[in-house]
Amino acid sequence: MSFLNNLITGISLGSVYAIIALGYTMVYGIAKMLNFAHGDVIMVGAYMIFFATGSFGLNPIVGILLAVVVCTVLGVVIEGLAYKPLRQASSLAVLITAIGVSYFLQNAALLLWGADPKVFTSVIPEGSLPIEGVNITYVSLVTVLACIVIMLALTWFTSKTKMGKAMRACSEDKAAAQLMGINVNRTISMTFAIGSALAAIASALLFSSYKNLIPTSGSLPGIKAFTAAVFGGIGSIPGAMLGGILLGIIETFAKVINTNISDAVVFAVLIIVLLVKPAGLLGKTVREKV
Amino acid sequence: MLKVNNINVYYGAIHAIKDVSFEVNDGEVVTLIGANGAGKSTTLQTISGLLRSRTGSIEFMGKDIGSVPPDKLVAHGLAQVPEGRRVFLQMTVEENLEMGAFTQPNSTIAPNMEKVYAQFPRLKERRRQVAGTLSGGEQQMLAMGRALMSNPKLLMLDEPSMGLAPILVEQIFDIIKQLHQAGTTILLVEQNAQMALSVADRGYVLETGRVTLSGPGKELLADEAVKKAYLGG
Repeated sequence: MSFLNNLITGISLGSVYAIIALGYTMVYGIAKMLNFAHGDVIMVGAYMIFFATGSFGLNPIVGILLAVVVCTVLGVVIEGLAYKPLRQASSLAVLITAIGVSYFLQNAALLLWGADPKVFTSVIPEGSLPIEGVNITYVSLVTVLACIVIMLALTWFTSKTKMGKAMRACSEDKAAAQLMGINVNRTISMTFAIGSALAAIASALLFSSYKNLIPTSGSLPGIKAFTAAVFGGIGSIPGAMLGGILLGIIETFAKVINTNISDAVVFAVLIIVLLVKPAGLLGKTVREKV
Repeated sequence: MLKVNNINVYYGAIHAIKDVSFEVNDGEVVTLIGANGAGKSTTLQTISGLLRSRTGSIEFMGKDIGSVPPDKLVAHGLAQVPEGRRVFLQMTVEENLEMGAFTQPNSTIAPNMEKVYAQFPRLKERRRQVAGTLSGGEQQMLAMGRALMSNPKLLMLDEPSMGLAPILVEQIFDIIKQLHQAGTTILLVEQNAQMALSVADRGYVLETGRVTLSGPGKELLADEAVKKAYLGG
């Protein structure tokens, strides 16, 4: 039964990675940039929930809503101030800026909220489903359900709505999208807004299971989710989901064998996948016809 | 309808377009011909706002559009079929057409799509296929249909014959003729001078960024200099 329990833990952890990875992959798909500050947006979201529920005693739902609003605004502001002026710059300049934004957010958090670890109170009631022999916590259950709902909602959004289709058009060819009358800058802002809102939801789920919160807490989950996005095929929404969940499962089972090597295993998997399938599991390489 | 006055466009230090002026009147097919690198596509991209002119003006329907951002021009009635088609390869034919109608009210999408399908029956057969699986000729039809979805007053075509088999080139030019007969105003940029001049009311010859010759399509077709330079003899 411990196999099944580990699998459940892995899927739950992987679902959080998947939600974070969606932010990476959507932004990459459209702006063709890696927003390395994405993990730190999660950290900011977690602090918002921590203060709302812990210090002000607000309802967790209110705390999550506050985090969603703050992270969405933060994501749009970061994009507008730091990345938008670099639209014509080399991708290396954008990458370095993203790393700079990441350090900025971590240090701003350190300044504002200090280095002492905060103990996050789960936004989801503690306890497990009353099933004999298997341990499914409510947190795991809600996490997996949230992941499924988000996946379905995003799939619907990008395949059925006008704005969602415009996002796909921008991700393929910005100049052609402009010729259609699509405002590319607004579309990029919207992508950051969606990714950052998802980061806020991910923060509620992640820190409900892993409760220590410090200013660098978003960094490692962020990098792992990025790994998941590349693993699944960066730019692909189903790829981010698949990559996230597989990565969560691999990490959990590696921990069972040896806690110290679990992160090494995660990144080794990334290296192997990139060697064998450089576009990632679901990444596509579309050939142009003449 | 469209008036281009003395535009000058630079790529960094390179002076790509030198004092180019021309106009397109209501209902006309006007073509810009010239060799590779003469500045034809640069001129079109400047009109659609993807590039900017340092001097001069571009007037469309009596309004200066020299500083209007490209994504706002479609709503003014200016649609461009870009060089190399640039259809959205991972989106279906139908989704590509919907993107063409991005600025249009939703109620116009279905009737316009029917019109496009009537013009290009092949697209209707393939409407659920992603554009990446279409042949080059079909992609060109899709790019044209996509531009027509915005009910343009002026349709700008950038090298529609590029890379297509001769039979497809003829099909594309037949469509241009049909659109012309239906009253669409067209600005056509082409390397295939023979075909372009045969469908055009008027033509302009571009050489290294300058207009060197202009006149009615039939006259240019008979012009000795044009024959020598662009029509193979």
